[in-house]
Amino acid sequence: MSALGELRHIRGSTRGSPRKRDNRAALVFLLPWFGGLFFITLGPVVASLVLGFTDYNLIQPPEFNGVDNFTRVLSDERLHQALRVTFTYVVVSVPVQLACALGLAMLLDRGMRGMAFYRSAFYLPSLLGSSVAIAVLWRQIFGADGLVNRLLAVVGIEGRGWISDPGTALSTLIVLNVWTFGAPMIIFLAGLRQIPVMYYEAAATDGASRWTQFWRITLPLLSPIIFFNLVLQIIHAFQSFTQAFVVSGGTGGPSDSTLFYTLYLYQRGFNSFDMGYASALAWLLLMIIAAFTAVNFWAAKYWVFYDD
Amino acid sequence: MTDLKPVRAAAKHLGLMLLAFVMLYPVLWMVVSSLRPNNEIFRRPGLVLSSLHTQNYGQGWDALASPFGHYLLNSAIVVLGCIIGNLVSCSMAAYAFARLDFTGKRVWFAIMLGTIMLPIHVIIVPQYILFSQLDWINTFLPLIAPKLLATDAFFVFLMVQFIRGLPRELDEAARIDGCGHGRIFWQIILPLMKPALATTVIFTFIWTWNDFFSQLIYLTDPDMYTVPVALRSFVDSTVNTSWGAMFAMSVVSLVPVFLAFLLGQRYLVKGIATTGIK
Repeated sequence: MSALGELRHIRGSTRGSPRKRDNRAALVFLLPWFGGLFFITLGPVVASLVLGFTDYNLIQPPEFNGVDNFTRVLSDERLHQALRVTFTYVVVSVPVQLACALGLAMLLDRGMRGMAFYRSAFYLPSLLGSSVAIAVLWRQIFGADGLVNRLLAVVGIEGRGWISDPGTALSTLIVLNVWTFGAPMIIFLAGLRQIPVMYYEAAATDGASRWTQFWRITLPLLSPIIFFNLVLQIIHAFQSFTQAFVVSGGTGGPSDSTLFYTLYLYQRGFNSFDMGYASALAWLLLMIIAAFTAVNFWAAKYWVFYDD
Repeated sequence: MTDLKPVRAAAKHLGLMLLAFVMLYPVLWMVVSSLRPNNEIFRRPGLVLSSLHTQNYGQGWDALASPFGHYLLNSAIVVLGCIIGNLVSCSMAAYAFARLDFTGKRVWFAIMLGTIMLPIHVIIVPQYILFSQLDWINTFLPLIAPKLLATDAFFVFLMVQFIRGLPRELDEAARIDGCGHGRIFWQIILPLMKPALATTVIFTFIWTWNDFFSQLIYLTDPDMYTVPVALRSFVDSTVNTSWGAMFAMSVVSLVPVFLAFLLGQRYLVKGIATTGIK
């Protein structure tokens, strides 16, 4: 069903019987895609690995500098800060977002009244959330005189400049990511609909409580979907850029407290035109995401339940 | 027990309504605030309008080097190019993966799936170098050309899934009647995969309209700015002075997304549910 499911099955599928292949037709149909693969996606992946071992500023030709870029990674304080910020963001916002998504999906029972309305209302933020307009809005509402503080004042709580305070700036971006729980919620809704009602009926007849049903039926049967959402949202969160960029005015401030990894990469590559180092950083990001995904797949053996 | 049921249902609806209201409150408040004078925006957290202050829209429209319509048009051109590119190139690739038998198919298919998860940041530097050598910086080509080359593998996958669901008997019948792959694709598969194409149009529209990273990198000439880049330069140039005008243009920039959402909801929900990417 999903892209991840496909990858899981690819190894196991059996070869089709030998017959006449359509190589020439396939080449024609895949020509644009092959072009994209070599010039736009895989080609640049390889090129950025090579560039990662060079010093390159776009004007002079690239110069090999061995592992300099990678030793620089070890001592680059701002990079370490960027890693801390990004890890915090991923580790906090993804589980909270998915918990909200699952909770809401469970509340929206099959065939309940107003389902279409609720689904739309909760999904809309996912579509708007990545826009610059919403980042502009966030800058206002979490500012010192912003909406949040006005509302807090109504109930007599004194707020603060959420975005100008390095201690809370990242939290506002985490809130923004949680706010977009609608997309995983829709995936959960589709998954919940796949669970046969008779499982619950049988469990209820046997006297299982709602809580037991959740732990013994819903969670195991939904675990492949939870896993799928988890992998995707982690990959997605590592690449967050727009919101931190707009909210901090491109700096990652205050005091680098919102310096997302991609924002730092952008600064090195496209403000300082330090293309060699930026390429090394890009590969490091790829490795980190790959490692997280690999750990996820490994851990899946212990908690994801496949019915097939 | 049975008496409690309607009460519990009502309580649940009340809770869900309240949550939906809280979630959408910031957006509603932005729309209302875009119709308020600047000094009121910071004082009033509520949603009640005392008067309609539409000047923000005129002010915001003319606040940058070009009228805002210019940026809307630029965004529209990019979006249109990306939609056409994705429709043509992804459907072709999808047909090959779903219906043709060719050497190394499974390996290529796995590579295609892998590129769905490839972060753009890993390829942006060499891509930028390539496009700057072609002298394409500050044109829309770096944004559109990749779409003509089926690099949005997500849509290839979506369409493969869809084509696999179409009965093969249709192809076989056409083949017996003497159709080649070109005609089978054009006259049989494409007309049948309209829902998948619609999903592609809507997602491409919204993602391209909202896309900021690549537009920020490739468009540095104010004349070529698209809506997100223009909006961002607005934020930096005015620093807290004219929130009303900024909100007004933010609202303008969100209207197309909202319309796409209203018109294409069915396809959006289906697209997410079957392929699982937002």
